[in-house]
Amino acid sequence: MTALAKLLRSTAFRLSLIYLAVFALFAGSLLAYIAWNARVIFMDQLVDTIEAEVQGLAEQYRIGGVARLAQVIQLRTRSPTNTLYLVTDPRGRQLVGNVAGVPDGTLGTSGLLRIQYKPHEGAGGGNHEAVVRVFALSGGYRLLVGRDVEERERLLDLVRRASALSIVLMIVLGVGGGTYVSRKVLARIDAISDTSRSIMSGDLSRRVALAGSGDEFDRLAASLNAMLDRIEQLMRGLKEVSDNIAHDLKTPLTRLRGRTEAALRQRDPDTYRQALETTLEESEQLIATFNALLMIARTEAGASGAEMGEVDVVPVVQDVAELYEPVAEEAGLALSLSLPERALVTGNRELIGQAVANLLDNAVKHAGPAHGGAIEVQVRHDERSEEIVVADRGAGIPEEARGRVVERFARLEESRSRPGAGLGLSLVVAVARLHGGELRLEDNRPGLRAVLALPRQSGEMGA
Amino acid sequence: MIWDERHSSPSTARPRTAGREDRPAVSAFDALRSEPMKILVIEDDRDAANYLLKGLREAGHAVDHASDGEEGLHLARQGIHDVLVIDRMLPKRDGLSVITELRKQDVDTPVLILSALGEVDDRVKGLRAGGDDYLAKPYAFNELLARTEALARRRSPSEGEMVLRVGDLVLDRLAHAVTRGGQSIPVQPREFRLLEYLMKHAGQVVTRTMLLENVWDYHFDPQTNVIDVHVSRLRAKIDKGFERPLLHTVRGAGYMIRDGAG
Repeated sequence: MTALAKLLRSTAFRLSLIYLAVFALFAGSLLAYIAWNARVIFMDQLVDTIEAEVQGLAEQYRIGGVARLAQVIQLRTRSPTNTLYLVTDPRGRQLVGNVAGVPDGTLGTSGLLRIQYKPHEGAGGGNHEAVVRVFALSGGYRLLVGRDVEERERLLDLVRRASALSIVLMIVLGVGGGTYVSRKVLARIDAISDTSRSIMSGDLSRRVALAGSGDEFDRLAASLNAMLDRIEQLMRGLKEVSDNIAHDLKTPLTRLRGRTEAALRQRDPDTYRQALETTLEESEQLIATFNALLMIARTEAGASGAEMGEVDVVPVVQDVAELYEPVAEEAGLALSLSLPERALVTGNRELIGQAVANLLDNAVKHAGPAHGGAIEVQVRHDERSEEIVVADRGAGIPEEARGRVVERFARLEESRSRPGAGLGLSLVVAVARLHGGELRLEDNRPGLRAVLALPRQSGEMGA
Repeated sequence: MIWDERHSSPSTARPRTAGREDRPAVSAFDALRSEPMKILVIEDDRDAANYLLKGLREAGHAVDHASDGEEGLHLARQGIHDVLVIDRMLPKRDGLSVITELRKQDVDTPVLILSALGEVDDRVKGLRAGGDDYLAKPYAFNELLARTEALARRRSPSEGEMVLRVGDLVLDRLAHAVTRGGQSIPVQPREFRLLEYLMKHAGQVVTRTMLLENVWDYHFDPQTNVIDVHVSRLRAKIDKGFERPLLHTVRGAGYMIRDGAG
């Protein structure tokens, strides 16, 4: 597509053309209306002037006859004037006046006339146009009063030409301006589409440049950039998941394969049986790990398909605490609950339940009786959220490791020997994010206090 | 009944139940060799279907197979099966639409939905479409077998009975009372529901996830042995001091309550 064709096809250019056409039509009609009205007003004024003059002169004639009339007219025509005067006697001879010649028969009429006349005898100049009125005086005299309209006509003509010229100019400027604006718009659009094309070809880190003016293009670019940030974040999450899968699933899979091979070399049914059972157990662990990973990734991506509704977290915490109470007791831990009447949030009961279970699971695993043996579970109201607090008296998590512990698969060295794939807290973080809340890990002095904060029901949902 | 002594020692039991087995375990296979059912499996994946058919037949059930939605719907419409096992994603007609269509035609055979989608509310969608239970892939065969059995049993009259009996153990749903050999056994509300569910499915294997779903109404997979501890507490109450144990651990599958002699 050539640059011109591209320009002609651009929406901005088409819009400016349409705008121009509408504007030109409007301006043209306005000018025509003004010109026509000016003409009408001018004619009315002319007629009034002539009429007044005729009446005045007729009055003079009545008072002092032809002599006085001639005297007045001579007085008026001494200096150059636009007004035409002519008085003829009953035989048609010119008595007084500033007109060299009028078309024949003019004086025989009465009423308004538009005529061509000669201003001066033998002046040779072309005829002038005038509007005249002939008035019959008593005694056969006739009076002609008129006004030269040559100047006015020229003025009107000038106005007409100026109007036409301005419309032509307007069209030229309009097309030019439209082209300029469209080019500008096209340049911004092209910049955006160039960037998206290079992003499509794989460079996810590129962003649309902002002009800094905060106009609609900047706003568009900003939301595109925000979208790109989100996509990049999701892609990074996916990459992390696959990296983690590669890293943490490979090890048990390799172990599994090794054991199976070793067992096959033994040729002993008992060994086979044992190997198969271990294989089954390990594959179940693998599936659990895999499911947890998928769920975290889906939840973090906000694509878990979880339906959100009104959830009272109090019975959820109660149920899950009751579920874990015997395990805690067996581990020598006292589980204490402190709950309000109700604590409503907008969320998914299953996910919140799972998150609370993971927190309790974590507490039971890491708060052995050697450390004092008590787990406190609490639901409390914060300013904007409902907080589920699970506090233990275990070894806690060193401050510098708290950020790491919520990452997928992260596990502290000392807990490596314990069961669990180390995904528990990551899932809690994912659930918190899905609900627009957060997971805070605090020092319980000693021990760990995990606070799952979920926005209260009236609060807005975050992504 | 074969008592599988070799694997009943605490050291070789599954890790999540380590140290908690105070009764000999029963193998799932033997435990379930009873009450043959007629099952229809609608599954398009040949390997998965063969594995399922083989397992179900070995457990003593009669199994039909359909490999797409239309064929499945045609077979299921006859209403001759005790349970339908339907995969969600099927050629020609989607699994959920098969269920919806069956329910529309008043075929009320219990349906177990299999799904590889694994979204949080997948289960909800499946159950809304008219399914009765839901199992996410990949699943353990024992889990599927236990759930299929439980579904078939749901049609049995025990559902509406007010008093459940297994041997000399009696659970009165109305009075919320449990007695064994005439001796009253005090149980907490949750223990009552746990025992009620086990007794409702007496003679059948009940898996840990089935217990978590039906007694606690949560569908996640608890990482630790929470369910086992609840069950062993219940066992301490109903079996301790009695000669014949009723509550058995079925190795690799779950639990089963039944009169040892029966």
